[in-house]
Amino acid sequence: MKYVDEFRDGDVAKRLGASIRRAADTDRSYNLMEFCGGHTHAIFRYGVQDLMPENVKFVHGPGCPVCVLPIGRIDNAIALAEEHGAMLCTYGDMMRVPASGRKSLLKTKAAGADVRMVYSTQDALKLARENPHKEVIFFAIGFETTTPPTAVAIKQAQAEGLKNFSIFCNHVLTPAAIQHILQSPEVREMGAVSIDGFFGPSHVSSVIGSEPYEFFAEEFQKPVVIAGFEPLDVMQSALMLINQLNEGRHEVENEYTRVVTREGNLKAQALVAEVFELRREFEWRGLGMVPYSALSIKDAFSEFDAEVKFNVPKIVAYDVKGCECPSILRGVKKPTDCKLFGTVCTPENPMGSCMVSSEGACAAYWSYGRFRQPTADGNNKANQGSNA
Amino acid sequence: MSDKQTKARRFPMRLDIKNGKVDMAHGSGGRAMAQLIEEIFLKHLDNELLNQGNDQAMFNTSAGRMVMSTDGHVISPIFFPGGNIGSLAVHGTVNDVCMSGAKPLYLSASFIIEEGYPLADLNSIVESMAAAAKKAGVAVVTGDTKVVEKGKGDGVFITTTGIGVVPDGVNISGDKAAVGDAILVSGTMGDHGVAIMSSREGLEFETEIQSDSAALNGLVAAMVEAVPDIHCLRDPTRGGLATTLNEIALQSQVGMQLIEKQIPVQPDVTAACELLGLDTLYVANEGKLICICAPDDADKLLEVMQQHAHGKDAAIIGYVIEDEHGFVQMETTFGGSRIVDWLAGEQLPRIC
Repeated sequence: MKYVDEFRDGDVAKRLGASIRRAADTDRSYNLMEFCGGHTHAIFRYGVQDLMPENVKFVHGPGCPVCVLPIGRIDNAIALAEEHGAMLCTYGDMMRVPASGRKSLLKTKAAGADVRMVYSTQDALKLARENPHKEVIFFAIGFETTTPPTAVAIKQAQAEGLKNFSIFCNHVLTPAAIQHILQSPEVREMGAVSIDGFFGPSHVSSVIGSEPYEFFAEEFQKPVVIAGFEPLDVMQSALMLINQLNEGRHEVENEYTRVVTREGNLKAQALVAEVFELRREFEWRGLGMVPYSALSIKDAFSEFDAEVKFNVPKIVAYDVKGCECPSILRGVKKPTDCKLFGTVCTPENPMGSCMVSSEGACAAYWSYGRFRQPTADGNNKANQGSNA
Repeated sequence: MSDKQTKARRFPMRLDIKNGKVDMAHGSGGRAMAQLIEEIFLKHLDNELLNQGNDQAMFNTSAGRMVMSTDGHVISPIFFPGGNIGSLAVHGTVNDVCMSGAKPLYLSASFIIEEGYPLADLNSIVESMAAAAKKAGVAVVTGDTKVVEKGKGDGVFITTTGIGVVPDGVNISGDKAAVGDAILVSGTMGDHGVAIMSSREGLEFETEIQSDSAALNGLVAAMVEAVPDIHCLRDPTRGGLATTLNEIALQSQVGMQLIEKQIPVQPDVTAACELLGLDTLYVANEGKLICICAPDDADKLLEVMQQHAHGKDAAIIGYVIEDEHGFVQMETTFGGSRIVDWLAGEQLPRIC
């Protein structure tokens, strides 16, 4: 398939692997954090780690929108469907994320609430037009990539005078989260997490550009390379990061030049600025309260804001005991360090959010890499069948 | 009195197949149901055993082993590129029967129809079912029709049951994969799932991909004749190649090593999966099989498969390895390796 196969070419990968081996200094290690779940997925799906020398390690970051959403917000969404009798539209990944009290949107749907799986904000708008007597709420999640389509939906709803459509907004921002990780005591003082450089997000950067990373590359002296989501992109970017580290540089470089510019997509940015504003703080699963890390809908559009319309309360909810998702999301622990991993927590029966989405580190470890990762109880988990 | 005159007397008005709809009376057991059966089901599925009009079909059996299998069909949409629920209901069960190496003989069909369903569509479905059965050389010899109130079903659901006879000397089972065995597939993976997806409401995208829905008993007969000692046969339907291989690995207590670049996939299917974020290995097939055999038989089987219309893209895609964990692993086109796990959750509901 054109424009795809070129970026998955095994021969090029071999040559690139050899270059990385030559470039990597055997006297040190290179801990490179991929922020995005898209990169985590590519690394595991194509077996990129196999082509890397042992001292080049991928540290999996919190860039999976499903994984970082705090449980309280999912409880809110369930309440919107159950108590307000609304038609709650959401992306498929959200359906199975565990909420409080062993609930999930999938179970809520089975119990009779109207929960719909959609592929885009436009599907939700269409449902609102077709069901004028029903409140239709779109459960909006995601980083900067999915924010512009939500803004478009709000503007469309306003133009059409749709009275039964609203957005439960959970859009979060990438640079704030990366900065928060770098400022966390584990990274700064305790040295528990060693992160030498970052793979910058690909789709997010196509919207916000590469400029927003310049501040913390300089401030924290960590190199950033904006990387595409194909496996060759990841390898090429790893080489660029290794070269920067060898040369003592800490710059923002762009490997994904076929899509990303320094300024990003100005039109999309303007649209987002028109509809959304910064929240003072927002809770991230794993990271806690992160200042200025999320967006809310501006007052001018508040009739489309489900939080205002339905007076959504703030719910503080806690992870399942023993679940290491918070530490895994910060890169402090690996999925295999978690006692629940592969014992009671599997993709069929997830306890934590990282096991749900294919972009979550736990799901990626379990689905693609399990055979070489001993779990906390010292064993690989055997093929247990689909109902294990 | 001729047949035609008998019918004319029993049902003075013919069914309005063009504009009529199924109503509750069609499931009542009364005259309306008798007419529906006669003018749609008997008309198309026409065979001696069915035409006897009994509540069961009676036939002689040969001595030896028989197999029996049943399959419910709830696919949405009911009509899709490359077939409809009628043809699928024949293919699905014929394939389940013949994956034992058996020759399928007879089918039963049970219809659950939603009130208000157009008679024209029902007629087309039964017509396709009859054509598929004829092509596969099986007969639908008994059946049942129920009608449920509007909103209590979704168009038509069809359950078919099939029976067949197993040739002597053939012992095919999912627990017989042995270390060193070759793993073959009969053609391209994922066609059915992508064809269904492309015609789903709210998800329409332009592709010329047709479902691969087909009866594989002809292909299986040729394979079994060439190599009676085939170890495993299975059709990778829901959950696709990945899930089916995991089932066999678990049953046989072995591991598997696949080579990604040898797995046949149509470029359009790859493109659609790329777009929708699906993994082709998990997308359903309805006219393909997986075959596991001794390494020495692999080339011979491959040749037989490639000569058959339903196996022209057949390929050897990997081999069975010893693995206490029962993992299915794959060497990726990229040169790395990964595990190919069971499908988790639901990739696409109501695919068959």
